[in-house]
Amino acid sequence: MEGLVYTVLALSVLGVVCALILYFVAQKFRVVEDPRIDDVEKMLPGANCGGCGYAGCRQFAATAVEAADLSAQFCPVGGAETMKRIGDFLGKSAPEREPMVAVLRCNGSCANRPRINVYDGAASCAVESALYAGETACPFGCLGQGDCVAACNFGALSMDPETGLPVVDQDKCTGCGACVKRCPKQLFELRRKGPKDRRVYVACRNRDKGAVARKSCEAACIGCGKCVRACPFEAITLGDNLAYIDYNKCRLCRKCVVECPTGAIRDVNFPAPATRPSQNGAAESGQGAPAADTQKGE
Amino acid sequence: MLRTFPIGGIHPQENKISRECRIEAMPLPETVTIPLSQHIGSPTEAVVSKGMRVRTGQLIGRSTGFVSANVHASVTGTVTGVDTFVDAAGLRRVGVTIRTEPDEWAEGIDTDDRIVRDCRLSAQEIVARIAAAGIVGMGGATFPTHVKLSIPAGKKVDVLIINGVECEPYLTDDYRIMMERGEEILIGARILASALGVGRILIGIENNKPDAVEALSRLAGVVAPEAEVVPLRVKYPQGSEKHLIAALTGRQVPSGGLPVDVGAVVQNVGTALAVYEAVQKNRPLIERVVTVTGPSVLRQANLRVRIGTPMARLIDYCGGLPADTGKVIAGGPMMGRAVANLEAPVVKGTSALLILPEKEARRTTAQTCIRCGKCVSVCPMGLEPYLLSRLAQKAVWDEAEAHHVTDCIECGSCSWRCPSGLPLLDHIRVGKTEVMRIIRSRKA
Repeated sequence: MEGLVYTVLALSVLGVVCALILYFVAQKFRVVEDPRIDDVEKMLPGANCGGCGYAGCRQFAATAVEAADLSAQFCPVGGAETMKRIGDFLGKSAPEREPMVAVLRCNGSCANRPRINVYDGAASCAVESALYAGETACPFGCLGQGDCVAACNFGALSMDPETGLPVVDQDKCTGCGACVKRCPKQLFELRRKGPKDRRVYVACRNRDKGAVARKSCEAACIGCGKCVRACPFEAITLGDNLAYIDYNKCRLCRKCVVECPTGAIRDVNFPAPATRPSQNGAAESGQGAPAADTQKGE
Repeated sequence: MLRTFPIGGIHPQENKISRECRIEAMPLPETVTIPLSQHIGSPTEAVVSKGMRVRTGQLIGRSTGFVSANVHASVTGTVTGVDTFVDAAGLRRVGVTIRTEPDEWAEGIDTDDRIVRDCRLSAQEIVARIAAAGIVGMGGATFPTHVKLSIPAGKKVDVLIINGVECEPYLTDDYRIMMERGEEILIGARILASALGVGRILIGIENNKPDAVEALSRLAGVVAPEAEVVPLRVKYPQGSEKHLIAALTGRQVPSGGLPVDVGAVVQNVGTALAVYEAVQKNRPLIERVVTVTGPSVLRQANLRVRIGTPMARLIDYCGGLPADTGKVIAGGPMMGRAVANLEAPVVKGTSALLILPEKEARRTTAQTCIRCGKCVSVCPMGLEPYLLSRLAQKAVWDEAEAHHVTDCIECGSCSWRCPSGLPLLDHIRVGKTEVMRIIRSRKA
């Protein structure tokens, strides 16, 4: 009986001593962290995709709490809504940025761009582009091995077996830019999602001279400059035999879409195909006027 | 016991089908396209323009830096354009296109076949002539030779190694020049040795070419007493600089280091021949020997070809593309690259056109790694290819760097040996490029 009492006593004393040591150590080495960081982190999507340029959501939150204002930060995944919530919570003005979406600047489907050789190496765009120009005569276009699909954290990309090109699901795409970084041919671009999700862009990166580009792909931009002349808003520039539409200037009139002789300019989510305004209103006369297609729900 | 390098290595089937074919001069093609960059380093700057008439051996591209090599007209004719063309990989490059006329040599070039043995030039003069002639490593790496001969301050070289290993299967161009132009190679080697100021020359030749060993040994006794011909045990990749140094001298080039760090400079036999022609004959590098071979090729050949000749002309000359062709490879089967465009020109580094039939050319379907470790045992650099390949696929660059991905010499032994048919080297090469880029950006 006596032994039991001593044991209980000794253990209790030991417990109290340890508790005291732990208490003082905790006081001494306490890390003071702004509790708001946790709160802000909870407001973020938690994808840790790196689309904002920070190592992850926590670093983004820590920076947001410390920064004087939020103008330098933007979470592309959460978008303006999340930024406004964080701004309200921290009492800082949040930047207004329009939602962005990734677009593939290549129209080189199997039909448009015939294969001239067979690649049987590792199924990776990085490997293929390190070895040679690719299976088609266009050295600028999509290699179709799907590195972008693997890079996407949100399941917004998939390969279309018919065209051999990746397809962006605009509802899932957060505009984080992972595909932009991964594509060895720099085919993806983040563009403004646009009013009613409508956008117009040049779906080509071929910088060859017109005749050469046309030979390798039927839908290549040949740098003819017709779109530049057609654009009433000076939104289109031509450089290296390639047209580029500035989405900040583009007003979605689609005059360029009708003019493009190869159909390299794509318009998405418009209700009806673009037509030539004059000339007896004859839409069918314009050869190569591409049908407006949709990117929704693919 | 013959010497060889200590770790790893493989024994692919030799297939030297074209070894008995004497070197023959290929007829001049109708046009040549000479790329302005055929070497490692900065591209040259064109000094000719459309419509100009050039003579064989005339300078057409001037080097734009220390690590760069002049480019010369390989034929006489009219320049029809200085423009982009499509190279063997299907990529756009800039080159000079010339419509060929009968040869008229540029001034000062000795076109006589008589062998000139004496060379009384100083080291600086020799290096200057080599630089002017646009000579690059003829083994395929195309590193400018004059750069290799300029030893950095504080380094000392005591041996010149001449590489006559030719460890790649199928290739016979080096073998043929050793058999037919042995004396010129030895004179070229002596010139290289005097440019470096070394008194010892080692010539490494694999023992599957005993007649070349014998021929060069006999000639060395007459023209180059300081040269020793060393037969080596057959093992791929013995032709790699670092492995040849290890085989011949037992010295190991440190990780990230160069042969100069162990007092050696390695030059290919083809380079030695080009050096002879540049220094003794004042003849720039405008042609090279190209092996055209393959199991179904109608006429095996070792052709002396002008730089810029379209590859398709060589194949036509050798009986055309066989019906069962699966791949045309520029270089050997181990390290060569498949050609995507046969109209692409032969360049300074094109050692062979290997035409493989469909059934031999196709890769097997890749299966999963079974952790057998065969890639590790064959890696001549002592690396772990299965791991490096995995790290590259997962983009774990810091760990790939820690496991010395940059030491990979891209010999392809791992992919060759892998029983699962994994494209190990393909991924490692991507990792190596990326890690080297990271290292460069860190230094900058």
